[in-house]
Amino acid sequence: MKIHEYQAKNLLRKYHVPVPEGGVAFSVDEAVSLAKNLSTPVTVVKAQIHAGGRGKGGGVKIAKTPDEVKEYARQMLGMKLVTHQTGPEGREVKKLLIEQGVEIDRELYLGMVLDRSQSRLVMMASTEGGVEIEKVAAETPHKILKEWIDPAVGLQPFQTRKLAFGLGLEGKQVANASKFMLSLYEAFVDNDCSLAEINPLVVTKQGDVLALDAKINFDDSALFRHGDLLELRDLDEEDRLEVEASKFNLNYIKLDGNVGCMVNGAGLAMATMDIIKLAGGEPANFLDVGGGANVETVRNGFRIILADKHVKAILVNIFGGIVRCDRVAQGVIEAVKSIEVNVPIVVRLEGTNAKEAGVMLKESGLDFLVADSIQDAAKKVVSVLKT
Amino acid sequence: MSILLTEKTRIVVQGITGSEGSFHTKQMLEYNTRVVAGVTPGKGGQIFENKVPVYNTVAEAVKNEGANASLIFVPPAFAADAIMEAADAGVELVVCITEGIPALDMVVVYDYLCKSKTRLVGPNCPGVISPGIGKMGIMPAFIHMPGSVGVISRSGTLTYEAVGQLTRRKIGQSTCIGIGGDPVIGTRFIDALQLFNEDDKTDAVVMIGEIGGTAEEEAAAWIKNHFKKPVVSFIAGQTAPPGRRMGHAGAIISGGQGTAAEKMKALEAAGIHVCKSPAEIGEITAQVLQ
Repeated sequence: MKIHEYQAKNLLRKYHVPVPEGGVAFSVDEAVSLAKNLSTPVTVVKAQIHAGGRGKGGGVKIAKTPDEVKEYARQMLGMKLVTHQTGPEGREVKKLLIEQGVEIDRELYLGMVLDRSQSRLVMMASTEGGVEIEKVAAETPHKILKEWIDPAVGLQPFQTRKLAFGLGLEGKQVANASKFMLSLYEAFVDNDCSLAEINPLVVTKQGDVLALDAKINFDDSALFRHGDLLELRDLDEEDRLEVEASKFNLNYIKLDGNVGCMVNGAGLAMATMDIIKLAGGEPANFLDVGGGANVETVRNGFRIILADKHVKAILVNIFGGIVRCDRVAQGVIEAVKSIEVNVPIVVRLEGTNAKEAGVMLKESGLDFLVADSIQDAAKKVVSVLKT
Repeated sequence: MSILLTEKTRIVVQGITGSEGSFHTKQMLEYNTRVVAGVTPGKGGQIFENKVPVYNTVAEAVKNEGANASLIFVPPAFAADAIMEAADAGVELVVCITEGIPALDMVVVYDYLCKSKTRLVGPNCPGVISPGIGKMGIMPAFIHMPGSVGVISRSGTLTYEAVGQLTRRKIGQSTCIGIGGDPVIGTRFIDALQLFNEDDKTDAVVMIGEIGGTAEEEAAAWIKNHFKKPVVSFIAGQTAPPGRRMGHAGAIISGGQGTAAEKMKALEAAGIHVCKSPAEIGEITAQVLQ
């Protein structure tokens, strides 16, 4: 789960990770009154959307007076902010972070993530702050310092000192950075984060170490033990159909193509998208109906797939293991009878009770195209697109 | 004839009285799998299906029934504890089916297991089947047939798809291992490949990967230097968008890393037969075996 920068900074504040003074505004008036209460005359106005690259898109401005804050807030609220991560349609800005200006001496990078190949958390630091870390990793990997964390003892002060000295910090900066890192680690573990990125991490002219930006993601699998974090979810930032699908425990991701897919199992669902593409079509979505596919899940799946107006055909691909194909066939038949389906449907059912399922589809009197393999299914669905 | 699950395997099922645990234990017994015990804390003393004694702890199941492998159907919040309990009891092989275990729990479990002799398969996997010998997991047994091809996969139903294609061509399997779709798993591709390398009854391996992480690239490098048998591979997610989690917790392209294209390139460079389409897995394996 992703959260906004202002939410991430609020969370960090609770763990005494130093962040600039500031708050969130939903209107121009709120923005101005927040700015007036800051201790510095210089104010930073930052659009809050779940995407990076906001500065380049005009979503970060520095105001020198309350009038400028007013002007920038007016420009940003309601604008469609386009960044390299939002796609060409952009994202509507509904809230702003109003923050004190900081006198920056150095811009650094600090990140924490699960290193899958080590099965351990890793803290990463770099002198190359303010640029995309992926770029640094690709071009100058030696500029990324890493400390892997032993889960039995957690992040140790000697490790944070190694990172701080490695960044070229000196004097009280080292102690400040170490404290920052240990607090960030605590926040990360306490909240089951999957990613924490402070980019840039700044050293001020006064020697303080601050999170100028903060990006935090949480592990979806751990949200069951963090009821408080669930409140931070912003449905405005998610696709409408994906939100709808999640209500029915359907794993749906909208894509740009025209062939709707309904599949059981994530791996087979991806493979089905791939074979549609190889056959000359474009998948409209990823949809895993899971191990318990029944009439209700299949019906909801169809409704969500069809709510995407680009869908011109549907491919149902089920390999029955625990899921019985006859039950899925029943679901498909009832769904098609109960909701208006005006696109061709190709069905491929294999595995447990596949034969019975084939007979049911045939005898339903409905117009299904039945496929006998994944290859046949992909061919059939692409050929109906052409007619 | 097989790895991991052999004639010597004596299985205890943790969570045997739950709905999933009991359903799949029945299926395993129907497939003549040697299930010697079950564990559900507080239900010790019961007998499952008039056959399998239930204990309160794994340690008791090991002591009284000689269990040497455990299959876990415990809900995500308690699964990490269940894995460590099995390891503490000295069980050699633990297969964890549970999906949705918090990643940080698994980081702790992984570290714990490094200090024990226990091998973990999964979590978030369909399990292990050695056709003709038994199954430890949730896969449909009837699509398999005994033979000499090993299968290793991060997926569930896509593995069934691959196995179905093999069986249709009368190509049997020695052992099929679902290693799991999570970011932190016990047995990785390389670990499973090592076992197949030493198994003289396995002639070739089908390896099914997907987007996310770099396990396939690491396996490719290892295969090039160490693996003696032909490998056929497919990578799911060639059309997956970056930054999105495709069902499995571990199936995500992040920071430009973990794409299908990168993985396929690494596998091809290691001399592995890479299938562009998931429909080619059976056919290419047949060609390789000739």
